[in-house]
Amino acid sequence: MAILVIAEHDNQSLKAATKNAVTAAAKIGGEIHVLVAGSGCANAAAEAAKLAGVAKVKVADAAHYADQTAENIAALVVANAAGYSHIVAPATTNGKNFAPRVAALLDVAQISDIVGVESADTFVRPIYAGNALATVQSADTVKVITVRTTGFEAVAEGGSAAVEAIAAGPDLGKSKLVSRELTKSERPELTAAKIIVSGGRGLGNGENYKTLLEPLADKLGAALGASRAAVDAGFVPNDYQVGQTGKIVAPQLYIAIGISGAIQHLAGMKDSKVIVAINKDPEAPIFQVADYGLVADLFEVVPQLAAAV
Amino acid sequence: MKVLVPVKRVVDYNVKVRVKSDGTGVDIANVKMSMNPFDEIAVEEAVRLKEAGIASEVIVVSAGVAGCQETLRTAMAIGADRGILIESDADLQPLAVAKLIKAVADKEQPQVVIFGKQAIDDDSNQTGQMFAALQGWPQATFASKVVIADGKATVTREVDGGLETLEMALPAVVTTDLRLNEPRYATLPNIMKAKKKPLETVKPEDLGVDVAPRLKTLKVAEPAKRQAGVKVADVADLVSKLKNEAKVI
Repeated sequence: MAILVIAEHDNQSLKAATKNAVTAAAKIGGEIHVLVAGSGCANAAAEAAKLAGVAKVKVADAAHYADQTAENIAALVVANAAGYSHIVAPATTNGKNFAPRVAALLDVAQISDIVGVESADTFVRPIYAGNALATVQSADTVKVITVRTTGFEAVAEGGSAAVEAIAAGPDLGKSKLVSRELTKSERPELTAAKIIVSGGRGLGNGENYKTLLEPLADKLGAALGASRAAVDAGFVPNDYQVGQTGKIVAPQLYIAIGISGAIQHLAGMKDSKVIVAINKDPEAPIFQVADYGLVADLFEVVPQLAAAV
Repeated sequence: MKVLVPVKRVVDYNVKVRVKSDGTGVDIANVKMSMNPFDEIAVEEAVRLKEAGIASEVIVVSAGVAGCQETLRTAMAIGADRGILIESDADLQPLAVAKLIKAVADKEQPQVVIFGKQAIDDDSNQTGQMFAALQGWPQATFASKVVIADGKATVTREVDGGLETLEMALPAVVTTDLRLNEPRYATLPNIMKAKKKPLETVKPEDLGVDVAPRLKTLKVAEPAKRQAGVKVADVADLVSKLKNEAKVI
């Protein structure tokens, strides 16, 4: 039994989510291979080769993999699927984009967003915004899986896998990247941050979000997040969104400021180690999951907090 | 140009579901059912394409129990022209639904199929991509802006690090993200009008699709509950607890 993990990377370096996916693969058990499909991605492949437990890294280097378009990546994975019992990808926007295509082309189910491995064919995954955990068993010969990164620790380094070049597939030319506007930030990535400062509707507007939360995040070296309400109200871009349909995070410390705590938001952060809630409404549902609750006017206490840490 | 929009009937967004005590699933008896919110955004987008003169007809399709008729009527009240119900009491999983929609698409020949990115019940986020793969069509998932012109779709997508824009030839698949649009409220006259719009019912067997589930749910459990913590008196108290008790800063 061998497992193929599809690496998440930006051609230069491997993304942290890949490390959680490798840990999930190790729990399934079997020889682990990592596929790095990209353009000029030798460095990312070298990083993948260092992950503990990885036996082989396969690299498909071609210009048409540079932008990770789902059609080309899925076709490549399917062309290389023979001999693998499991195909595993992190449940990032990229993994969620191509993995179901792989499953459909192989005529198998996909098991989305797993948070636990019971056995080689049985997995645990959240449903209904994490209000229930389903244990599902797959009867398919190949299991196509996406891994919720917060469900598994990142694998350590210490491996020295062989790196092998494999033939690229044809460029299907189905879709073309026109532009990419990535949020530039000196702050840690939301899904990899140890501390997250997150704001909600209670902040009132985007200007307040910036002036109140940024100094605090700067002091803590934290990433910035937001509730859907804050995104809907236009305070911040959508890639800040934490929740059922946004990012799923589990930092050491999550500070929820002016967030009421709708179940869809809790779904995205309730596995954080320590949760702090600051809200002026003592009845806000966020206090039901917070380790430390401060019932106060955020406009008063957030600057105090930024000064005190 | 026809636009096809698959819609799913799910437990309403505002309902907090309860896990059944025997662990076989969640209790959906007598809870409010609604259209999956992402599918509502998909219907709205399709109707806007029609209003802009780009689409000629908006067809909505739903796979599931007879109650999905209501979901289709809701979509028609937003402005879809007609509905197709693929009626089945079976546990329909994403791959099966993708195959059912493919059978409908083969007959209707839409140029654009707009799915919601995920259903808020099983949270799978698969069906649109699977359908695109079965058709060999390009896909633009998690869309926040869709422009259809000159036989092409130009779609801005919400990705982890920000936004990206893809261009693809039609026919193509789009899946919606939250910020694509804000669906309108159906007005009473439109709800009345929707009742008279055509709604066809077919069965999976009529479409020649095997819908046997591939995944078996062995058990459904409640996640471990987080204990509510303590209320702190002020900022100094909070900082002290974070430093000395939780040791996270």
